[in-house]
Amino acid sequence: MTQVREPGPVVPSAASSAPSGPGAPPAAARRPPVRPGPQRPAPLPIEFWRSALGKKWVMAVSGIVLLGFVLVHMIGNLKVYLGAEAINRYGEWLRELGEPALPRTAALWIVRAVLAGAFVAHVVAAAQLTALNRRARPVGYRSPRDYVAANFASRTMRWTGVIVALFVVFHLLDLTWGTANPKFVRGEVYDNMVASFRRVPVAIAYIAANVALAIHIFHGAWSLFQTLGWSNPRLNPARRWFAAGFAAVIGIGNISMPLLIVTRVVG
Amino acid sequence: MRIILHIWRQKHRDAPGKMVRYEVEDVNPHMSFLEMLDVLNERLIERGDEPVVFDHDCREGICGSCGFVINGIPHGPLRGTTVCQLHMRHFKDGDELYLEPWRARAFPVIRDLMVDRSAFDRIIAAGGFISVPTGSAPDGNAIPIPKEVAELAMDAAACIGCGACVAACPNASAMLFTGAKISHLGLLPQGQPEREQRAIAMVAQMQAEGFGACTNVAECEAVCPKNIKIENIARMFRDFITASWTRRPPVERLGGAG
Repeated sequence: MTQVREPGPVVPSAASSAPSGPGAPPAAARRPPVRPGPQRPAPLPIEFWRSALGKKWVMAVSGIVLLGFVLVHMIGNLKVYLGAEAINRYGEWLRELGEPALPRTAALWIVRAVLAGAFVAHVVAAAQLTALNRRARPVGYRSPRDYVAANFASRTMRWTGVIVALFVVFHLLDLTWGTANPKFVRGEVYDNMVASFRRVPVAIAYIAANVALAIHIFHGAWSLFQTLGWSNPRLNPARRWFAAGFAAVIGIGNISMPLLIVTRVVG
Repeated sequence: MRIILHIWRQKHRDAPGKMVRYEVEDVNPHMSFLEMLDVLNERLIERGDEPVVFDHDCREGICGSCGFVINGIPHGPLRGTTVCQLHMRHFKDGDELYLEPWRARAFPVIRDLMVDRSAFDRIIAAGGFISVPTGSAPDGNAIPIPKEVAELAMDAAACIGCGACVAACPNASAMLFTGAKISHLGLLPQGQPEREQRAIAMVAQMQAEGFGACTNVAECEAVCPKNIKIENIARMFRDFITASWTRRPPVERLGGAG
């Protein structure tokens, strides 16, 4: 019976050259190399996650989930323009979603769990890939870097990503838990939004964060197709338009709310 | 022409390096960039200095030996060429140029502008091949291949493995190289038997070598002397993801009576 072993990657370190310095034991005293038995590969999801390509795939898929959330979240919030009753009723509907098949707020919590999972996966994969990329070039270029093709959005993904992540924390404190909003009343969505956005620094923070989000989406919504392997000359113009359109819709929609409320056009 | 060069000088792999300024007078605009460096080296030797070490072989832009970074751009400002096919007429009198080696953990500097690219060889050895029976040559065109597929495979096979993609990538990623190598065999019928294993093994080797990961900024495509498209990276992802999720456990036994 012949064992066929999966060829693992060759590690290009000093592993192949045995120690031969003065400190090394004499050749006769060295133990013969242990022939490794057939290695059992790690379970598939773990092996997949260990690969940089696997992490990129996780980023693309979690990115799609988050894109879907951002779009639905914006559509829901635009009801602020239909008046207090419309958006408050929408907020209540979110809690009732799934009734009577599910208990009250159950569907909402399932959605929240999926979103939190996608968010954590996206951030952890990004952090690990960034660390990998930093290690890949320990000595940088001395001359100034001259980018030929890379656009602003693609080069600043880490920064826009960090800005959006910090903003999400503040946003939850402000309009979900109310900790950062002294006039917060649970369930009074319209009044809470107006009270929050009337504070000029807060409105500026919301606008800046959504500019960062739009820039992040401009690269991410184009990039995810590449990672999922959907790239060909007939598709590629549509990818660019999709990403630009998605970024514009989210950016304009989300920025309009704090902008119109802080300028007292709405509310 | 008079050209001012700032060149990375490094004695050996572990020595600290630094940029050194050189002035090259009387540069003929019809010289290639490497010929200009040859002139500089002649003058350095005459002066008793160490010549600048750089990789080169065919000087026709087809071997993949040459290459360094000129003012932040691998292979210099001219698109779709290697540095040996870049001529001095593309520069102006008095230009100041900064020459540096490819910088990546997987490409240690051997000396000056020369780096060790054997990491690429190990990626190829991990799966960049097809198994064919030896013997007499098979009939030409015995296996039908659509023209479009043949062209795509040939475009990917044009990769000369110079390493400019790694040098240009802000993450020192080798995904354009590996994607091109996976594509050029994976597109063809002859490459199908090892297609899944190839994607898995070459990607694993790429990571073991210490290359970074793609962020889809497309700098590699812009500097590639053979205009390899990032579509090949997408194809590598497609093969890798499919292989990862659908591959069966490795066979325990070889076939036959043994």
